[in-house]
Amino acid sequence: MSEPRANGRATNALPDFVLPVAIFIAALAGWEAVVRLNDIPPYLLPSPSLIGETIVKDWPLLSGSLWVTLKITFSALFLAIAGGLFLAILFAQWKWVERSFFPFAVILQVTPVIAIAPLLLVYLDAQTAVLVCAFIVAFFPILSNTVLGLASADHNLVELYELYGASRWQQLRLLRLPGALPYFLGGLKIGGGLALIGAIVAEIAAGSAGQGTGLAFRIAEAGYRLNIPRMFAALVLISVTGIAIFLFFSILSHLLLGRWHDSQRSREA
Amino acid sequence: MSVLATLRGISKTFANGTLAVDGLDLDIADGEFLTFLGPSGCGKSTALRMLAGLMPPTSGTIGWTGGARPQVGFVFQEPTLMPWASVFDNVWLPLRLRHIPRRDAARSIDEALDLVGLGAFAKVYPRELSGGMKMRVSIARALVTRPPLLLLDEPFAALDEITRFKLNDDLLALKTELGTTVGFVTHSVFESVYLSTRIAVFSPRPGRIVAGIDIPEPLPRNEEFRLSAVYADHCRIVSAALHKAMNAPQQQTVAQ
Ligand SMILES: Nc1ncnc2c1ncn2[C@@H]1O[C@H](COP(=O)(O)OP(=O)(O)OP(=O)(O)O)[C@@H](O)[C@H]1O
Ligand SMILES: [Mg+2]
Repeated sequence: MSEPRANGRATNALPDFVLPVAIFIAALAGWEAVVRLNDIPPYLLPSPSLIGETIVKDWPLLSGSLWVTLKITFSALFLAIAGGLFLAILFAQWKWVERSFFPFAVILQVTPVIAIAPLLLVYLDAQTAVLVCAFIVAFFPILSNTVLGLASADHNLVELYELYGASRWQQLRLLRLPGALPYFLGGLKIGGGLALIGAIVAEIAAGSAGQGTGLAFRIAEAGYRLNIPRMFAALVLISVTGIAIFLFFSILSHLLLGRWHDSQRSREA
Repeated sequence: MSVLATLRGISKTFANGTLAVDGLDLDIADGEFLTFLGPSGCGKSTALRMLAGLMPPTSGTIGWTGGARPQVGFVFQEPTLMPWASVFDNVWLPLRLRHIPRRDAARSIDEALDLVGLGAFAKVYPRELSGGMKMRVSIARALVTRPPLLLLDEPFAALDEITRFKLNDDLLALKTELGTTVGFVTHSVFESVYLSTRIAVFSPRPGRIVAGIDIPEPLPRNEEFRLSAVYADHCRIVSAALHKAMNAPQQQTVAQ
């Protein structure tokens, strides 16, 4: 028997990822079995293997759409980061700016993007409208988290900076920005996922005006044609994208905060 | 002994109407170890922060020999370190804010860390340190500019007795070595007698100095002093002064 671990789990020295992966594979196998044993036709429920085949077979078509969706998601996310960070810093420097402009951010946030999309489509071309929708949903969590982070600097540290005659810029650069980093990264994790959701939702809303480019359009289009396996295939690509975004920011958090922030602290055995 | 600071009629009323400090008259001598002793909430921190220039008094004046307030080192009740910065970078802060590059500051930083016995921990992050070690870093940061005036607000209150005794000794050794004037806040009679050359006893809110007690025994002091009859006598006197202050009739302080 190996040594008992600190968290008291009986261990047979399996790496942590084995169990979730095994269960995931078992779930897929169960799905496959249900479809095969009951002879469920693919237009009702395609089997995982058929979905896999479809991804491979339709890859030329799907990869183009994936690329469009990725481009929109990341452009929107980039704009949201730049805008959110910039506005948050402005808010932190001048209270009156925060008081004047925060309501606009809140209005944008609380209005469901699906309701704004048709209006944007009137004014903008489809691509830009989708980009703006994705930006709107990704922007707010980044902004509000960073604002909170910038305001959360340890009060005593702020006084210490004042005692040593720190300039505003020094206070921002050396104290407020590093302190806001965990909050900002938290906002990024949420905003990254939301940018993808925004891009998909807006493209669905754009419908035929979307000129058939992104993954959401592929889903809608395949739906009209009752090409259910392709719907699933596009769905899988969207999920994988979302997971990749989340993993990316989790790893980034770990790299940036690993040494000092409690959120990244593993319980020592 | 020459005077470093002269406080005359210092009062502080907070925005909510709380009168925290009322008519403080005090001369701080150059090189003394002065302790503010008093019950919780009597305005000790407020007085210390006004001395540091962290908040202005509502009325009264603070005069400094030499015209302006000298460089002040301040130690808070909590270590107040930046968790994202190494011990070295934390101690660098006061110099960094004066635009002194890392390399030029390195010697002063190493010296300050050596003074508090943490020379080997420069690269470590605060969360990897014990409470007592964090407090030492905080003291090193306050000392790195070699300030003529060091102010400490209950720096050891959160520590266990063994660590506190050790840090008390270290602080006295530092003070004697550097010749710094020290302003110290505590509500422990024993700590105040062990450390101070003079104790200012505060009344409950609104804070007023009701007694000034000299502890003439030479610095630094040691365990022997802690066990001596002289120490016990001083403690008794200070304790009595504190009790008298506590039982004095209080005036109504909060406007309403
Ligand atoms: N910013 C503030 N606004 C309003 N009242 C305050 C403020 N800071 C302190 N006070 C009040 O002033 C009084 C003195 O506070 P202070 O912190 O100076 O006490 P203290 O002697 O340091 O107490 P302790 O030993 O508990 O630290 C307290 O009654 C407190 O409630
Ligand atoms: Mg206090």
